Amino acid sequence: MIVVFWSRLMILLVRALIGAAPRWLGSEPAAGLRIYFANHSSHLDTLALWSALPPELRLRTRPVAAADYWNHGRLRRFIAQRVLNAVLIDRQGGDRHSNPLQPLFDALDHGDSLIFFPEGTRRLQALPDTFKPGLYHLASRFPAAELIPVYLENLHRSLPKGSYFPLPLICTVRFGAALPRQSEENKNDFLRRARDAVVALA
Amino acid sequence: MSAQQKFYWLIAGIVGLLLLASLSGRVLRARLQSESGRATVDNLIARVRAWWVMVGVFCVAFLLGNIATIVMFALISFFTLREFITLTPTRPADHRSLSIAFVVLIPAQYYLIATDWYGLFSIFIPVYGFLLLPTLAVISQDTEQFLERCSKIQWAVMLTIYCISHVPALLLLDIPGYEGQNALLLFYMLLVVQMSDVLQYVFGKLFGKTKLAPVVSPSKTVEGLVGGAASATLLGAAMWWITPFTPLQAAAMALATVTMGFVGGLVLSAVKRSLGAKDWGSMIQGHGGMMDRMDSVSFAAPVFFHLTRYFFTP
Repeated sequence: MIVVFWSRLMILLVRALIGAAPRWLGSEPAAGLRIYFANHSSHLDTLALWSALPPELRLRTRPVAAADYWNHGRLRRFIAQRVLNAVLIDRQGGDRHSNPLQPLFDALDHGDSLIFFPEGTRRLQALPDTFKPGLYHLASRFPAAELIPVYLENLHRSLPKGSYFPLPLICTVRFGAALPRQSEENKNDFLRRARDAVVALA
Repeated sequence: MSAQQKFYWLIAGIVGLLLLASLSGRVLRARLQSESGRATVDNLIARVRAWWVMVGVFCVAFLLGNIATIVMFALISFFTLREFITLTPTRPADHRSLSIAFVVLIPAQYYLIATDWYGLFSIFIPVYGFLLLPTLAVISQDTEQFLERCSKIQWAVMLTIYCISHVPALLLLDIPGYEGQNALLLFYMLLVVQMSDVLQYVFGKLFGKTKLAPVVSPSKTVEGLVGGAASATLLGAAMWWITPFTPLQAAAMALATVTMGFVGGLVLSAVKRSLGAKDWGSMIQGHGGMMDRMDSVSFAAPVFFHLTRYFFTP
């Protein structure tokens, strides 16, 4: 499915441009079902986080990306499908009868880890906005999955919303400790705690 | 002796020095017991190892010719500008001017050196760059800390592009009786600046007691400065045979270079601290970032260039 040559080339480019060096603070790069959730401020976020993972994990980790953006044009579709092996999600919610998160459930059922941006869209600031409920639904449906908070540093400066040229700044990808599971926690408390875990890494 | 022969002698000398440094590192490592001593020696070994790489890269560029040397310094400007901007807080409204700094100003400044256009080289960034950057920033209509943001970007561009480009600009000078040997002068300038840094470090570690500027740079001492500056000046005088200078002139030029290098290190240390960082980056093992190695060069190069141009060219 993934074209190894193109993904290697892509990673090389990302590393040369922005570094995207990983810092594992509180968790280790390990196999197993995981949901990496991060702040979202640039189109480079997916590539940066994905490049920061070791190659063996990258093969079983699929970024979640917006279908309206990544299905637009041949290059983006190629990158999303063949290079990143992304799970495309319909942000508009699609038709009433299908759950827009279904493709994500399928991927997790299949044993693939996910890269997920719970804000749903890119922000201009360094710190994330409030999280949308998607992460809560994923977490409660897959209680065995480890929830790894990730902070993407400097990416909002490299390629902020509305610009087209990525500045070659040094960006780092910080992985935090897995978010502890708490029983009887309501949706809003969970989402607030998840956001705090990302903010704590900033 | 031809320029080529002089160059090989120089390389032999530097390789000898590095061998000596690597060897002393090994010996110290084996003899030291204390935890803090070990850490210092490990850092020393990492530094020496990085020096082997830096000398290697520089020699390859030098042997490939002037264009390779110019391209190498363009890359150095790129890496130092990147480190500077990474640490400097900017806003999305600065994206346009920063892009232009990376994509236009660096190549243009080094293109002017490659095409021997001294007139424009010397004013391109101080005049056109200076006026262009805030012009691009104002389009975004973000007035939040506008002056601070523009000044920081201008500072970064002046230091990392304009000042550092004065190293390869030495290739532009027409010094009577020294035709075809300018690359040696470039080597000489870098040797004096870097040896001054190294010798200040060595003298400081061996004899350092009195702190010179504890707030700005805790590791600098009076003993280190005096010992390092004096020995680097002597070294500069002893290397007169690769320059267009007499031994006495070489001593004076070396002293000016060492002084500027020291000031550069101090000023950029203060800048770094005001940005809340200890090192500029982590690109060079044991040294920190590229800018940690180029701080003294950025101050010394323009002064060395203009002193040489004023006194030794017609």
